[in-house]
Amino acid sequence: MPEQPLSAPLDIGFDYTRSVGPVLGRFMTALAQRRVLGVRGSDGRVHVPPVEYDPGTAEPLDELVDVAAEGTVVSWSWTADPLPGQPVQRPFAWALIRLDGADTALLHAVDTGGEPTSVRSGQRVRIRWADEPVGHIRDIAYFVPVTDPPADAAPTAPAPPAATSPEPGTGDDTASVDTVITPVHLNYTHSASLEESRYLRALADGRLLGQRCPACGKVYIPPRGACPTCGVPTTDEVELPDTGIVTTFCIVNVPFLGQRIKPPYVGAYILLDGADIPFLHLVLGCEVSEVRMGMRVRAAWKPRDEWSTTLENIAHFEPTGEADAPYASYAHHL
Amino acid sequence: MAKQRAAVLGTGQTHHRSKRTDVSMPGLLREAVDRAMVDADVGWSDIDAVVVGKAPDLFEGVMMPELFLADALGANGKPLLRVHTAGSVGGSTALVAASLVQSGVHRRVLTVAFEKQSESNAMWALSIRVPFTMPVGAGAGGYFAPHVRSYLRRSGAPEHVGAVVAAKDRRNGALNPHAHLRQSDITVDSVRASQMLWDPIRYDETCPSSDGACAMVIGDERAGDDSPAPAWIHATAMRTEPTTFAGRDQVNPQAGKDAATELWRQAGITDPLSQVDTAEIYVPFSWFEPMWLENLGFAADGEGWKLTEAGETALTGRLPVNPSGGVLSSNPIGASGMLRFSEAAKQVMGRAGDYQVDGARTALGHAYGGGSQYFSMWLVGAVKPT
Repeated sequence: MPEQPLSAPLDIGFDYTRSVGPVLGRFMTALAQRRVLGVRGSDGRVHVPPVEYDPGTAEPLDELVDVAAEGTVVSWSWTADPLPGQPVQRPFAWALIRLDGADTALLHAVDTGGEPTSVRSGQRVRIRWADEPVGHIRDIAYFVPVTDPPADAAPTAPAPPAATSPEPGTGDDTASVDTVITPVHLNYTHSASLEESRYLRALADGRLLGQRCPACGKVYIPPRGACPTCGVPTTDEVELPDTGIVTTFCIVNVPFLGQRIKPPYVGAYILLDGADIPFLHLVLGCEVSEVRMGMRVRAAWKPRDEWSTTLENIAHFEPTGEADAPYASYAHHL
Repeated sequence: MAKQRAAVLGTGQTHHRSKRTDVSMPGLLREAVDRAMVDADVGWSDIDAVVVGKAPDLFEGVMMPELFLADALGANGKPLLRVHTAGSVGGSTALVAASLVQSGVHRRVLTVAFEKQSESNAMWALSIRVPFTMPVGAGAGGYFAPHVRSYLRRSGAPEHVGAVVAAKDRRNGALNPHAHLRQSDITVDSVRASQMLWDPIRYDETCPSSDGACAMVIGDERAGDDSPAPAWIHATAMRTEPTTFAGRDQVNPQAGKDAATELWRQAGITDPLSQVDTAEIYVPFSWFEPMWLENLGFAADGEGWKLTEAGETALTGRLPVNPSGGVLSSNPIGASGMLRFSEAAKQVMGRAGDYQVDGARTALGHAYGGGSQYFSMWLVGAVKPT
């Protein structure tokens, strides 16, 4: 069987904070009071959810009006297998719902107890409010049919975190909502190229494997499968030593969200002996103030039983104590 | 085929702050758009197309924001384009808008760029750890600091010059009512005393994280002739190169040099330092002022810091650089490039207020992005190009 490229999960997520502005802020504030507001457009139509600017004239809109918590399904689509985070955690319909008093439709979930034959266009539905509204579109937990609603409450996804109120009200107990939190999660499968996979498998054996361009002769590690300068495929493999120099570096003193290494640390461009391009790695084994451009370093490998297909098999680079490389020998690598 | 003449008819920008929680994303854009349309004295029916730019989607977690911004941008029923070139996007967005006029396709184009950094965390978004690699990435500062160190070694620049840039730009920012940071009492010494974040880059030598937007209306020759004080577009250039390749010059990238060479050629400029009156250059970390002065051809290789140290880039110097306060005073990333382009326009329109450069007739707007692989720039003038 031919070699397969290596893959690994890449999961990222963030709770984005949305400042909603005055128009949607009033909409969100009303939701917390179990009311739905629309905005009257330049042509008199009522938009639900409200829009800040008229779709026809682009004029700012600010005339908010109450609409009903009951309306009509305009169209719908069945979701047989709800995804995590979707409002209803059993089979449900995504529906465009025109609330009474509105001229546009709101997209939301309709729960029919998991029964696809119980939803239809023209159906009358009403809001099932969340138990504890906070000023978020998810205060509308979902909709249910007015006639023959499901006997039991639908299982729902946990509500997004509530944003903290802006200012304590000054005698006003209806503090307005200015921010909502919208969590976003992305789950990728990251695949390495075949050439990078060969390099990673060599790393799992404690070897450093690069490739040489047949046209310009430059040695790349990690290998790329093609020379970025010449545009030709690269196939000649070159095993490189685990010694080299620091070309340039910075000392990271700043902590940040998602950081994996405790500051202060030295992030350095390491140029292996025989390579023509440096890669970023960590330098330890001396005071950060002693790290220099041109300093000779050697890889400090983790214990062999911790090796896998990653450059993290090298815990860090550390000084060899040899004389520094002269500037002229690496000036063209900066 | 020759380009048609085009001019900036009006500019607008928000008051930039760390958190503009008083407005939504559409509201933030409209603050800039409304000001630009008033400045240009145009209404919605005068706008033929809209070009919008912002930095990477992860910065705000909105995919294809142009779709939900169309109402706010008056773009329904009109061509609406989005441009994306990382941090240089504000500049390249303006150039795409200009090209729609220079090509004769449209008479007046609205262009706008923005960033609402407070909705996310750019440092996090720029440090996503890709499998199989070493987790040494540390945001934009961590990326650029080693290359700043290389510049220091290569040029032999004295260590205090970075602080000279930071103190100058922040004091200029204090003259700009829209600037995020307005520090009239900052000094070279106080900058040098601030914390080292990504050695050799200090806290006060680093751009802030801002919410903000910038907009411009660009019109054709007839619209420019009808405008009381247009900024005529004399030259435009964009160039790109890969982020990494063996032998890449990370301090003085070839793509930036090539773009500048093309810009000066188009405008007939042979001695930029003498022929350009002021420059708005994308300087997110202080040392990029001398680095880009060399890259742009205002100074010979290794000599840019001497202009800075001698005070030639101050408001009263030979080439005032970033009279508005620059990226070091306001950094809504997606808008930062367009702010440079529009501040250059404001100088030649004579509308720069307290930071107006006396007699500015020709001005450069510049932006770069990614790992210094995107460059965009324009040269604008008070006089119509011949």
